Amino acid sequence: MITIESVKNWIFDLDKIYNEQKLYLSELDSAIGDGDHGVNLARGFDTVKSQWEKTPPADLASAFKLISMALIKSVGGSAGPLYGTFFMRGGLVLANKNETGLDEWIEVLDKGIAGIVMMGKAQKGDKTMLDALYPALEALQKAKSEGKTFADALKASFEAAETGMKDTIPLLAKKGRASYLGERSIGHQDPGATSSAMLLKSASQFF
Amino acid sequence: MYSEGLINKGGCMKKLINNPDNVVKEAMEGMEKAHGDILKINYDPAFIARKDSPKKGKVAVISGGGSGHEPMHGGLVGFGMLDAACPGAVFTSPTPDQMEAATKAVNGGAGVLHLVKNYTGDVMNFQMAADICASEGIKVESIIIDDDVAVKDSLYTAGRRGVGSTVLTEKIIGSSAERGDNLETVVKFAKYCKDNGRSMGMALTSCALPSVGKPIFEIGDEDIEMGVGIHGEPGRERMKIKPANELVDMMIEPVLSDISLKNGDEIIMMLNGMGGTPLIELYLLFNRAVEVASKKGIKTVRCLVGNYITSLEMQGFSITVMKANADILKLWDAPVHTAAIRWGI
Repeated sequence: MITIESVKNWIFDLDKIYNEQKLYLSELDSAIGDGDHGVNLARGFDTVKSQWEKTPPADLASAFKLISMALIKSVGGSAGPLYGTFFMRGGLVLANKNETGLDEWIEVLDKGIAGIVMMGKAQKGDKTMLDALYPALEALQKAKSEGKTFADALKASFEAAETGMKDTIPLLAKKGRASYLGERSIGHQDPGATSSAMLLKSASQFF
Repeated sequence: MYSEGLINKGGCMKKLINNPDNVVKEAMEGMEKAHGDILKINYDPAFIARKDSPKKGKVAVISGGGSGHEPMHGGLVGFGMLDAACPGAVFTSPTPDQMEAATKAVNGGAGVLHLVKNYTGDVMNFQMAADICASEGIKVESIIIDDDVAVKDSLYTAGRRGVGSTVLTEKIIGSSAERGDNLETVVKFAKYCKDNGRSMGMALTSCALPSVGKPIFEIGDEDIEMGVGIHGEPGRERMKIKPANELVDMMIEPVLSDISLKNGDEIIMMLNGMGGTPLIELYLLFNRAVEVASKKGIKTVRCLVGNYITSLEMQGFSITVMKANADILKLWDAPVHTAAIRWGI
């Protein structure tokens, strides 16, 4: 279930994960970008956590808004606006809802991804975070059509995200700083797809 | 401090810092102490503004970007140049709340121009800020500088990067705003600079983020990175080092050929150090660059030689050329007083 408590546990876990993995993410980013992805996300989720502790949100919609604004104001780079927009657009789905499941989570991802596409103008296969997020959404939709439980659907979705993440390795980057490398971006795993897969894996443990 | 993490290959670069998280803030405090006569500093959200801002009736010019490129942009704030600069974390674009606050702080009622370097994050964060300001009735125009010829502008990249031309543009449009030109005119000059300035850079060494400590890219002892950006992001080609003149030739050709320059044309040239290159080498490189242009009948009538748009401690340089005309030279020669550039005052 997606409740205010499970969102809190998810977000606080993400803060822990991004802090633990910040050098790994930054190393991935150094190979094809400028090496700051992990550090920026760790700073962003530190800010989310401290904002949450200072003013705990009362409902799911305001929780997603808090996460969005904290990320937009503290991450910078392209990850700030992109993840910020993901939570902003995704959170709109949750207005006046406090206990939600698979149907709403599919909507959150769908609207959140649409926000990322609007902001970053990337497509599937451009070697970006979308290459982890789209497969995750498709796996959720498939699980729903097969009548699977929310827990099974979440598992299928993060596994699809991780596959999508690994599938970025042979891709040629077409967006962001990695695109400047052209052919040389081939052979490296995309850091944005990696942080997105981490986000979905953590969600599967708490929802 | 740097030993954590899953992957830790290679050593860390030595740095003169205290805590990686405080580098930008402590540097801003130092700037305030050094240049408090012309600058005032806001820490949260972070921006550096002209001491005498807002100037009523004057178009305000704002830029910003990741830190680590000093003196750009904070060192280019002052009379005849920027009204405010928003420093992000090192090599990370600033956030929309910074540009929003800076825009409101320096808006003199005649409109605000955001000068943005073409990097995905910078463009997104500036756009969010411009949207917020516009929704509150502030007239904001944005110009995106994309002058790096090392990157092909195509559907398959994020477009040419914004690099050295930004410095020249800030001087020219800053002086246009200073003499009282309206927003439309300042924008016109910004577009001129965007269309007529081109750059290319190279690196001998990598550089390291204070928060990571290790070089952003590995590079062999005899190798150079041709076409490097200003964040240590790899460029167009890895090659063996060559004599300085050959490197200048390789870089200035694509720069000159990308803007339609003909015999007798005049240019402003910037020979810029990436942060770790001695000035003696920059002058040696500039000597060749002017010679090459001159052989093509192109006259270098103004210049900047030094470290203006840097990439932390990276060794390397970039060449920027902007086609000049009488209007542009008049603006270039107008008085300026910033931490990094000062003449006529």
